[in-house]
Amino acid sequence: MYQILKQIIKTGIKTEAAPPPDDAMRVAPARLQPQILEVLGGSLNMRLVDAGSCNGCELELHALNNAYYNIEGLGIKFVASPRHADMLLVTGPVSRHMEEALVRTFDAMPDPKLVLAIGDCACNGGIFSPSYACRGGASGVIPVDVAVQGCPPAPATVMQGILTAISAQPGRAPD
Amino acid sequence: MNHTYAPLHLTRIATAIQAWQGEIKACDLQLICHKVSSAGGRLVALWARDMRADGFMLHVLLCDERGLLCLNLPLSDNEASFPDISRIFPAACRMQRAVYDLTGIRAHKAQDQRKWLRHAAWPQGSFPLRKDFVSPPPCRGRDRVGVDMGDYPPPDHPHLNLPPYEGEEANDRSRTESGTQPQDDYPFVRVEGQGVHEIPVGPVHAGIIEPGHFRFSVVGEKVLRLEERLGYTHKGIEKRFESMSLQQGAKLAGRVSGDSTVAYAWAYAMAIESIAHLTPPDMALWLRGLFLERERIANHLGDLGYLGNDVAFSFGFAQFWILKEQVLRNNARLFGHRYLMDVIIPGGVTAGIDEAGKKILLAECELLEREVRLLQRLYENHAGVQDRFSGTGCVAPKLAAQLGLCGMAGRASGQAWDSRVQFPCAPYDKLDVQMATHSNGDVASRVMVRFDELFESVRLQRDILMNLIGGDDLAYPLEQLSANGLGIGMVEGWRGEVMVAIHTDDAGRLDRVHPHDPSWQNWPVLEHAIMGNIVPDFPLINKSFNLSYSGHDL
Repeated sequence: MYQILKQIIKTGIKTEAAPPPDDAMRVAPARLQPQILEVLGGSLNMRLVDAGSCNGCELELHALNNAYYNIEGLGIKFVASPRHADMLLVTGPVSRHMEEALVRTFDAMPDPKLVLAIGDCACNGGIFSPSYACRGGASGVIPVDVAVQGCPPAPATVMQGILTAISAQPGRAPD
Repeated sequence: MNHTYAPLHLTRIATAIQAWQGEIKACDLQLICHKVSSAGGRLVALWARDMRADGFMLHVLLCDERGLLCLNLPLSDNEASFPDISRIFPAACRMQRAVYDLTGIRAHKAQDQRKWLRHAAWPQGSFPLRKDFVSPPPCRGRDRVGVDMGDYPPPDHPHLNLPPYEGEEANDRSRTESGTQPQDDYPFVRVEGQGVHEIPVGPVHAGIIEPGHFRFSVVGEKVLRLEERLGYTHKGIEKRFESMSLQQGAKLAGRVSGDSTVAYAWAYAMAIESIAHLTPPDMALWLRGLFLERERIANHLGDLGYLGNDVAFSFGFAQFWILKEQVLRNNARLFGHRYLMDVIIPGGVTAGIDEAGKKILLAECELLEREVRLLQRLYENHAGVQDRFSGTGCVAPKLAAQLGLCGMAGRASGQAWDSRVQFPCAPYDKLDVQMATHSNGDVASRVMVRFDELFESVRLQRDILMNLIGGDDLAYPLEQLSANGLGIGMVEGWRGEVMVAIHTDDAGRLDRVHPHDPSWQNWPVLEHAIMGNIVPDFPLINKSFNLSYSGHDL
């Protein structure tokens, strides 16, 4: 126990500042009203569906939980059930074998819900498309709000995408 | 070399590891497999190729202590089946089923004839890896499953460059009356008896994991049987290779399984170079070794952290992932990519290292050795952690040998195979790799093997950095391959041996590329490892193997 505590104190706090939102990542206009964002206080539950990725994007999503990015410190966390989730992260080119699971996960989420396409494959099919076994990206199957490009996108970029989706869009009055 | 397998005439494959090939007749296949098996050999991979004018060709890649042996079995077009070898090598079972799903060649009289990689994306009787395969047109998800898309996505957003949907109507016959894709009716084996019930899990799992389906048959908390259903991440990678140039192919190979990108890219490059009879510059070979060991370090660090997390010791996760992040950041800083994707190309590597870079990595070696040793002591002295690790998910050496368990998990169950040791290609021929083995075969053994391999990789990294000599050349140009060649590359990735086989056509283009992940061998063994354990220990056992879905589903 003493050794563990000593190591924790020695390690200190590694967490770095979160990146600012980037409106260039938006695919669809912002749908959340600024008032709601204030109520949410930046808190958010996310669910991931790997729709046929190579596991590279998953590695970076794991890294979001490490001490450097510490995404839970921002009130954002991964949840086990889509019924608890406000946001869906999709990775992979949407293999046709995962298509139904992806749509059913999306359907199971309560409204309002946001969708992030993570990585080149989820954005446009990436290197695996066109193929008999892929749909070539998430937006052909479910509506996408924010697209995060990269192969795989670095954790800070993914974080930026998440923060963009839950931030107000400057210069646009929400409906 | 003198292979004593009677009816064989062997020719050497010019690759960096010891490999031979020979054409055989169907009646000899089982005999040779049996001889290799009883001499302690193993099945590495199994794939088929459409050469329609001449029928089909089945390739069976075996391995014994002398090297790789590729058996080529020609099959005529009208009776495309081959003798079942799954009774000799149980690992062949799923490979044979996949061969049927993709090329339509059946293992004659095999006990299990169920589909494996095919779910519902293409109809029965249609085989994607045949040259005359016509891709079924994609049907539009939004119409089909009734998702309200609103006005999403905006049609011409630069981030969403989707291929057009052509001929959607033609796919109507594959839809059922409710308008959804036909269900994947897969006949799971049912366990019956008083108090037995099933727990279906997946394909979407609770955490950040790749998709796959697990069907547990349990009594109370105790697992009687686990049956896996994979293939959800099938992306048509093998077909995709056929339309690619050598350079594009290298990128795709590096994305077969993202956590083993170096191993796949190296195996692919090794196979290409074996067809081209090209040896990359010395410097490039040393750097490839460095990259492969860094990949092993990063993955072992990550998994050791998660193994702590899975037994509610989140301190372990926090600590190991700080170290992993530092390794990844050094990768990005020195070689341009956190996971080293695309740094290995056919002919060499794209990133070198200077003196300042060497200093950074030597400092990293010191940090890792110091911190990991401390964390290992904390894991070993923590009663709660050891209680969960010891005796959990046991695969006895005898069972491991019988089922062909390989790689890191195999070494934790007494299977002393490590191609860096048995078939050392440059730079491993100058490095004297120490193999880590254990004989208990439980989670604790796999943790110990990971710690040992981690320290060994840090030592190798230091040795490589001291030895990085040679000219400034990082790569030799490589544009064209000879016609009708066969190249084989095999690399000991962190999970186990990663193999890539490449066949070229009449014009020297990629005709058939078969990447093989060690997960093919190890997934069926996981079904045995969980038997008799309790359901809540499954995540821990699963993580201790950490097998690839993408590398398996292709």
